[in-house]
Amino acid sequence: MFRALHYWLYRYRRTWRGTIVISVANPLLFLLAIGAGLGALVRGSVDGVSYLEFFAPGLLAAAAFQNAFVDGGFAVTSASRRERIYPTAAATPLEPGEIFGGHLLFITLRLALSAAAFVLVMALFGLVSGPGVAVAVVGAATLTGLALAAPLAAWAVTVRDIPQLNTVFRFGMMPLYLFSGTFFSVAQLPGPIRAVVQVMPLWHGVDLCRTLALGTAALGPSLLHLGYLAGLVVAGVLAGRVTFRRCLHT
Amino acid sequence: MVVLNAVIEAAGLEKTYPARDRGGTPFRAVAGIGLRVERGEAFGFLGPNGAGKSSTMRMLGGVSAPTAGTLRILGLDPAAHGRRVRARLGVVPQDDSLDVHLTVRENLLVYGRYFGLSRKAVRERAGELLEFARLTEKADERVEHLSGGMRRRLTIARALINDPEILLLDEPTTGLDPQARHVLWDRLFRLKQDGVTLILTTHYMDEAEQLCDRLVIMDKGLIADEGSPRELIERHITREVLELRFPPGEHEQVAVKLGRDGLPEPERLEVLPDRLLWYAEDGETALARATAAGVQPITALVRRATLEDVFLRLTGRSLTD
Ligand SMILES: Nc1ncnc2c1ncn2[C@@H]1O[C@H](COP(=O)(O)OP(=O)(O)OP(=O)(O)O)[C@@H](O)[C@H]1O
Ligand SMILES: [Mg+2]
Repeated sequence: MFRALHYWLYRYRRTWRGTIVISVANPLLFLLAIGAGLGALVRGSVDGVSYLEFFAPGLLAAAAFQNAFVDGGFAVTSASRRERIYPTAAATPLEPGEIFGGHLLFITLRLALSAAAFVLVMALFGLVSGPGVAVAVVGAATLTGLALAAPLAAWAVTVRDIPQLNTVFRFGMMPLYLFSGTFFSVAQLPGPIRAVVQVMPLWHGVDLCRTLALGTAALGPSLLHLGYLAGLVVAGVLAGRVTFRRCLHT
Repeated sequence: MVVLNAVIEAAGLEKTYPARDRGGTPFRAVAGIGLRVERGEAFGFLGPNGAGKSSTMRMLGGVSAPTAGTLRILGLDPAAHGRRVRARLGVVPQDDSLDVHLTVRENLLVYGRYFGLSRKAVRERAGELLEFARLTEKADERVEHLSGGMRRRLTIARALINDPEILLLDEPTTGLDPQARHVLWDRLFRLKQDGVTLILTTHYMDEAEQLCDRLVIMDKGLIADEGSPRELIERHITREVLELRFPPGEHEQVAVKLGRDGLPEPERLEVLPDRLLWYAEDGETALARATAAGVQPITALVRRATLEDVFLRLTGRSLTD
């Protein structure tokens, strides 16, 4: 598995600087715009805190989700088809499960790095109360991303072409992104819609990150979020072990 | 004394792919073939598109489980010992799969690490292989900037990183110009001299004749015959071929006029859409007989018989259609 990870790290050597810059610049711009612009429009507070405080951890979770789609979706399909990275590795002693595991480790690392960059920017805005909170929030955001990346990768390896993924992105990811409580509290949604949103993984990630960042996390809901997200990761890993074998050992 | 030592043994080997979509029918790409390849041999699969060459190669490469039959690679069952088998093979896939974002040398380094070779060992080996593939000058260029022939050589160098006992080459020179093909053949000869077992597929009969000690002619998932290029030619056809061209549509008529059904063994007439092939021990004599029969071809050409003719004889079709 570490042999497969080595490949991705090696490739990453060329691009890591650029990706770090992006992972810092993105939240910086977003939070500046929200803090200075939109935040001023939102009078008073949301759930008892300023809009920026409310919004930042939600955006963190949503960003992790989006990164997960790129790394666990587009990159996986491309490695399986166009770039033929997986088939190439499959001709060596590596087993399909290791090829999957190595890539997933790399994705985890990338998610954690982006989350860390994001949390650093939040700290600049005074939105993180201490190092313990920072670590917890980075961990939560990484888990949120992985909860999408693992099952998505299990499917993406079987996908023949990128347009199919684009469709899923447009009709699956965008609504999730908008309605999972990133921009406004799901409490404002009508009951049935709220119920749907609350079985979606992103909402669990958003709520986990937000309550941890705001110091309002309660044990029960947090465990539920953790269990749900971890369950998705496990399901994705199990499914991926099957689909990777089926696709790489045809 | 010749010690026979099979590196590949297969019997009744089949590969049936499941239907691509619901309601489709499963497809049997390899329909039961038997093989035995000795250590140090250069062994070829000659066949047209869709014959099942790549499907067979993937089974031999330990990444595709046969759906029937038995297979032993280096004495091991790849289904049970895939990892150990693949560690001792080199694979050159049909489609180049180099990493275009990395340099020539880096492509070798990352691939070597897949085999668990140490950083130092890979580095040394990469240096040797760049030399072997005549790519030392290009070592630090990105693969994007290489020509097709160079990419192919790099893919072969990459496949050699683990010092494999068997090198599997799926259409090693398809799409290359003649010059690049000769450079590549030269490198493959070198490997053969060094004792590497070469197994390759091709749909070029000249490549099969150049490189293979022994080959099988494959069509529609089956082996039509097996032997050395010379044996196959001797077994199935005459030494020479007279090629005659006539205006379109007249070939059938001329074939009758030349007494197609009354030719002495082993002579034969074959009617193709664009020409007529007269298999004869002596082409010039055949041409004289044609002229005597009052036949006036637009062009007439005497040449040596090739594996292409063997293929036509065995399958009724030409290799490149
Ligand atoms: N994964 C697959 N699933 C279904 N059918 C397949 C699969 N791979 C190959 N086939 C089919 O099996 C047949 C044989 O394919 P194969 O690639 O083995 O032929 P080939 O001799 O290598 O041909 P070519 O010279 O074009 O490379 C083809 O009809 C092909 O469409
Ligand atoms: Mg092929």
